[in-house]
Amino acid sequence: MLALSTRTLTKVYKNGVQALRGVDLDVEQGDFFALLGPNGAGKTTLIGIVTSLVNKTGGTASIFGHDIDRELERAKSCIGVVPQEINFNQFESPLTIVINQAGFYGVPRAEARLRAERYLRQLQLWDKRGGPARGLSGGMKRRLMIARALMHEPRLLILDEPTAGVDIEVRRSMWEFLRDINLQGTTIILTTHYLEEAESLCRNIAIIDNGSIIERDRMGNLLRRLHTETFVLNTRGAIAQAPQVRGFALRFMDDHTLEVDISKEQNLNELFAQLSQLGVDVLSMRNKVNRLEEVFMRLVENRGNGA
Amino acid sequence: MLNPSERGAQRVLAATGGPAQAAAAAPEVQASLAAICWVGFRTIVIREYGRIMRIWGQTLVPSAVQATLYFVIFGHVVGRRISVPGGLDYPQYIAPGLIMMAIITNSYGNVVSSFFGAKFGKHVEELLVSPLPNWLIIAGYAAGGLVRGALVAVVVGAVSLVFTHGLPVRHIAGIIAAALLTCTAFSLAGFINAMVARNFEQMNIVPAFILTPLTYFGGVFYSISMLPAWAHRISLFNPILYMVSAFRYGFFGIADVDVLLSLALVAGLAVALFVTALVMMNRGVGIRD
Repeated sequence: MLALSTRTLTKVYKNGVQALRGVDLDVEQGDFFALLGPNGAGKTTLIGIVTSLVNKTGGTASIFGHDIDRELERAKSCIGVVPQEINFNQFESPLTIVINQAGFYGVPRAEARLRAERYLRQLQLWDKRGGPARGLSGGMKRRLMIARALMHEPRLLILDEPTAGVDIEVRRSMWEFLRDINLQGTTIILTTHYLEEAESLCRNIAIIDNGSIIERDRMGNLLRRLHTETFVLNTRGAIAQAPQVRGFALRFMDDHTLEVDISKEQNLNELFAQLSQLGVDVLSMRNKVNRLEEVFMRLVENRGNGA
Repeated sequence: MLNPSERGAQRVLAATGGPAQAAAAAPEVQASLAAICWVGFRTIVIREYGRIMRIWGQTLVPSAVQATLYFVIFGHVVGRRISVPGGLDYPQYIAPGLIMMAIITNSYGNVVSSFFGAKFGKHVEELLVSPLPNWLIIAGYAAGGLVRGALVAVVVGAVSLVFTHGLPVRHIAGIIAAALLTCTAFSLAGFINAMVARNFEQMNIVPAFILTPLTYFGGVFYSISMLPAWAHRISLFNPILYMVSAFRYGFFGIADVDVLLSLALVAGLAVALFVTALVMMNRGVGIRD
């Protein structure tokens, strides 16, 4: 079953900006799905239409088979949304915020209290439940919005840049939490500017640019399309220049750093063997850029160049 | 963020009932829309009540202070020289009008500030993404205005008893009907104002330039029978006159205009405002792009 399905979804804002140009998108139930795109590409508009915060201009959208034109309430009851901007009443306490949110979805108050404790504890907000939410740190506010979105136990969780501005430690623990939620059966759609996040979490991906889906594939398939990757090598001893290695074009960066482009056909063992023969010890190696970032930039740039 | 014991607890949850079960069983366990609506409506009202009580110094106290000033200045200093219909003391005569004035300004002010605040702070989105239908969101906010109106009516009523040494009650049903309909109408008017307002200034235009003048000319402090004929005729176009008149009738059995006509007009106004608010909500005026 499809968790989300859109057909020829279009949106033209009053100022004439065409935010979506006939978007067709399917997300399978149980998926962890990345929706990526540059700023202004249409991600938030698409999410806004699905969650009924934005009126669509044309096309259709359905959530678990519930068409948003014909069964809006049913469709909305399946969705939990974590928006990009903080959008809770900062004068209310976290406990009040999550209990009220459950109430808006028909969860009785007694049950809502139990769920509130469960999710606030899981997201380490239970100790902060009583004070005004404006006193929470940025990361805590993000976690509170996740707890709030889970209160009615939605089948589809939509996260619009949930880790923006969150430090790496909190971000990674949020990933772990989201992975668990997904493993338990909740479909997740994630938009993020941290492509490492999408690569780490998501199984399927769509890239949207200028209001159109320009790529839709499994994450693995997309990454396999990379023909060349750039690696940064850190050497143990100091080097004066880039060593001459057959079949590889090493570049000198500084006295302990080299860069090399490796195509899919080339073998890293061969490179290391030759370097070893030349007396160059490689201490560590890393990708120069995130792999998904590389694919993303190529797709968006190709489109920008009219390719 | 999650320590090992919490991760363990989470896995237990997965086995005992968490999002997994909800996700798998959602079609079967989804509550009926009617049940969702009822719980949702109660939640909005409870939230509004919580807001009123949280800032009681701003929501309940000013009406008591204002009523006290009116009773001292108009009721006792000026009012001794004024004779009013029914052989009533002037403080007694103005008491229902002052209660009604508090009801009008507070029911309006509650909804306009609460809904505009939710728009401004973006937490209105909590409701907009929920499955609650638009009519119910409007009804919930109107009920919040009604709660505030009822609370200030009790407060100002208590102040009135201090200055009037008691108020007769001739038609309790008339009092309740006039108060409920007025609260509802002005709560809905406040809701519409909040929808169209783009900033705090626009939120205050209607109360300052329309509501206050209409209230002062709405028979709170006088009977329109005391006015010259031209002013009498103009007053009949003021909807607040009908509300005050019907409310006063409930206490003293005297009215400036026919009571049933008054109640019917206020009810009609409430229905018209509700329909207007619903059309605006459905179109997303001021709340959806």
